[in-house]
Amino acid sequence: MAHQTAQRSLAGDVPGGGDRRQGLAFVVPALLLVTVFLILPALWTLYLGLTDYRLTGVQAAHPKVVGTANYTHALGDKDFRDALGRTLLFVLGSAIIGQNVLGFLLAWTLRSARRWARALVETLVLLAWILPGVVVAWLWIAFLKDQGGTLNAILHTPGRDWWFDHPMGSLIVFNVWRGTAFSMMLFTAALSSVPPSQLESARLAGASGWQQLRDVVLPGIRGHILTNTLLISLWTFNDFTPYLITKGEPHGASAVLPVYIYLTALPGERLGFASAISLIMLVINLLLALAYIRILRRRA
Amino acid sequence: MSPVQVVRRIGFYVFVALVTAFFALPMLWLVTAPFTRNPTLSVSWPDFTLGNFKHLTDDPNALPSLYNSAVLSLWTMLITVAAAALAAYALSRVRVPGRDGILYLLLLLSSVITGTSAMVPIFQLMFKLHLLDKDIGVILVMTGGLLPAAIFILKDFMDTMPKSYEESARVFGANSFQVLGHVVLPNVRPGLATIAVWAMVNVWGNFLMPFLLYRTPEKQPAAVTLNNFYTEGGQPNLALISTFSLLYSIPVVIMFLFVSRRYGFRFHGGIKA
Amino acid sequence: MKVSLEEVTKVFDGGVTALDALSLEIQDGEFFALLGPSGCGKTTLLRTIAGLETASSGSLRIGDRDVTRVPPGARDVAMVFQDYALFPHMTVADNIAYPLRIKKVGRAERRAKAAATGEGLSLGGLMERRPAQLSGGQQQRVALARAMAAQPTVFLLDEPLSNLDARLRLEARTFLKKLQHDLGVTTVFVTHDQAEALALADRIAVMESGRIRQLGTPREVFQRPANVFVAGFIGSTPMNLLAGECVPGDGETATSWGHQIDVAGVRLPVPEDIVTELTPGDKVIVGIRPEYLTESEDGIKGTVEIVENLGTTSLVTLTTTGPSVQLTVPEGREPEPGATLHVTPAPGRLLVYRADDGELIDAP
Repeated sequence: MAHQTAQRSLAGDVPGGGDRRQGLAFVVPALLLVTVFLILPALWTLYLGLTDYRLTGVQAAHPKVVGTANYTHALGDKDFRDALGRTLLFVLGSAIIGQNVLGFLLAWTLRSARRWARALVETLVLLAWILPGVVVAWLWIAFLKDQGGTLNAILHTPGRDWWFDHPMGSLIVFNVWRGTAFSMMLFTAALSSVPPSQLESARLAGASGWQQLRDVVLPGIRGHILTNTLLISLWTFNDFTPYLITKGEPHGASAVLPVYIYLTALPGERLGFASAISLIMLVINLLLALAYIRILRRRA
Repeated sequence: MSPVQVVRRIGFYVFVALVTAFFALPMLWLVTAPFTRNPTLSVSWPDFTLGNFKHLTDDPNALPSLYNSAVLSLWTMLITVAAAALAAYALSRVRVPGRDGILYLLLLLSSVITGTSAMVPIFQLMFKLHLLDKDIGVILVMTGGLLPAAIFILKDFMDTMPKSYEESARVFGANSFQVLGHVVLPNVRPGLATIAVWAMVNVWGNFLMPFLLYRTPEKQPAAVTLNNFYTEGGQPNLALISTFSLLYSIPVVIMFLFVSRRYGFRFHGGIKA
Repeated sequence: MKVSLEEVTKVFDGGVTALDALSLEIQDGEFFALLGPSGCGKTTLLRTIAGLETASSGSLRIGDRDVTRVPPGARDVAMVFQDYALFPHMTVADNIAYPLRIKKVGRAERRAKAAATGEGLSLGGLMERRPAQLSGGQQQRVALARAMAAQPTVFLLDEPLSNLDARLRLEARTFLKKLQHDLGVTTVFVTHDQAEALALADRIAVMESGRIRQLGTPREVFQRPANVFVAGFIGSTPMNLLAGECVPGDGETATSWGHQIDVAGVRLPVPEDIVTELTPGDKVIVGIRPEYLTESEDGIKGTVEIVENLGTTSLVTLTTTGPSVQLTVPEGREPEPGATLHVTPAPGRLLVYRADDGELIDAP
């Protein structure tokens, strides 16, 4: 019945508000943890970005509020702008294009593949995703290094240090390897949600494989594509694994924003400035998310 | 088969072969180097020696750090699952205006904050709370970061459960805790298992938080210890690194196999379009 | 136990009024049906009795006890849900024993009681299965057994037969009626299927927009629907509802001495018991079931348009100068499409409703 679901309550809408209070009690532990260890640090970042806080020296004991100086400084800082540019390239190349496209291709081709082929590919792709970051970092150092790197052995290019020669290109390839599993799984789920009857009607109307993809499948999973793009963009944007591989070397040429923030804050000891960058990063993240929500709303 | 089909078939196998190579090649080192005497960064036919494992047991921090990782993972998992289950149930059943929006925002925030953005304030917060260099500090920070996504996933499982199950129990006289324990939780077991494994894998692999919040080497988990193996000459000790990497990866692979056997490593409707 | 509702109103958060100052008394041991189209409030009423919804105003008593504000578990009622709500992770035995588990009955006693109840509903061999391994009919019996195990004073059934396929539904209907008769416990059930309500219930409340439009035995509700809404809702073939007007009789025959009703040019006699209630010029709606229309020499004239075979009878649709009219004819007497037919209501079967409010004109 239509209004049967109009009211949902935890312990029945028994008067006296017992249900609401109980519902609140259920939420409290999670709320407390999230507030203290997630929201509070986020707000703190906002405050720190307004100070000249440093790790050592006078400013460590008595940080001064310097207002928006850190922000104007950051926006005018060449190192920061370079790091931001690298990050955008990293997100665009490895997530929005790389993981999205490869993930979809895998989901699409493996749909009709034999069991063993499917199991083999899926296992490998997922393995790359679930191995701990520090291990993966070593694997890729070994894979692309000059001294005996596996890639050099295959390409017969001994002594070539891919991490030195093409730091960003290597990072992008690495991140496609690392993160495609998520897109693959999401698109596999998405494809199975396209009603077979729609594909069959398209086929009866004489649509080719490509036409079916364009006219039936892609419109049907637009929401999934959006969700996927947003999530992998955010994760890539904030990924710290590049530090574990290159530490930002050579000369900051592989320093994406998270690495740049780390280098500024700890070895560089400029905590206020690093917080300002963090906040700029947070704002970019939120803008990404809001843009996504708007697109999704408009669709609905 | 028509020529078009043949071409398509060949194209398919070429694609599968390329993908397999791309994903498998970087992993080869992980299975060869640990069994090689004095391994380098190159992949070579192993000597099938177990000497590296012997060396690893001699290292004072190596094996204990795996134990530390296990402790962190288990505690974080337990707290995350418990808090997320309670919150997801309440949020799934009580109407709160703007609930989904807030939850979504928290989810996005969590994927941002746990990275480097909040590194500095988290460090200061833990310093003020006297939780630096303590297990509980890392556990709580990790829990806070994992909770939004855990609630999000679990709420989705609970939303799909027919409401009549709970109502039926309530008409028979069950209170909220009985409804949760007898009916709701057993029914979302796949969801609980998913977030439990997901939380453990996350903590097990996390480098930044323990790196930031621990001072004492003996307390550090495996993720940090892995980067502390150096030879006397100051070079990375590849024998220990590769061997330790393998040991450190095995639990993750086992958990992955467990989930994929038991529940299928897929989305259970956890991600909505 | 008796269930009495007094002026019960339920307004949902969104402002939808599901129950509108509804009063009702259900007798002890009665098999009572709440019947109506979807959205009429019948399920809300059932859920309010169960305690899953709380009345916004008014009072609800079970027996002599006011339970308006009592939580569901403390009302001594048991409910069988439309989807049965069997717990998929529990065996049949555990499902049946669940109410006892809540009441902290010991494990051994629980098992024994569940086994006995299950046996009574021929679930003996299925006790260790999971609900997913049972057929629809078996699932329904498990749900009934679970409700019985709670030993409630009132049974509440939400669309008890709707999840079964057509064949099984008839079987389950007979079973349910026998079970209720044997147990003798007050039972309230919700249905949108008028045939189900007529077949099962001792009394029926026909609902529309949160109000009861008619309360009565199946016979009363079927034979004398109190208003046009009920008239249109009850009956497996819809009642003919024809607009007409009261006119002075022409006095030619004994039956046309008084007033008559003019329906599309055809004069029908006003039923004797209500002649004093009508004056010429009154707009009325004439209700006549297809089953009670018979072929005759004169009467409403129409052309056969469609003939639908219903098994032992056929439903014939006639086009007339006015609205179309339906009647049933016995097996083997079907007219050919295109044939001309005269039909007239069987004596005493004509119902007359006031056109303005749709209420039945009853004997004074």
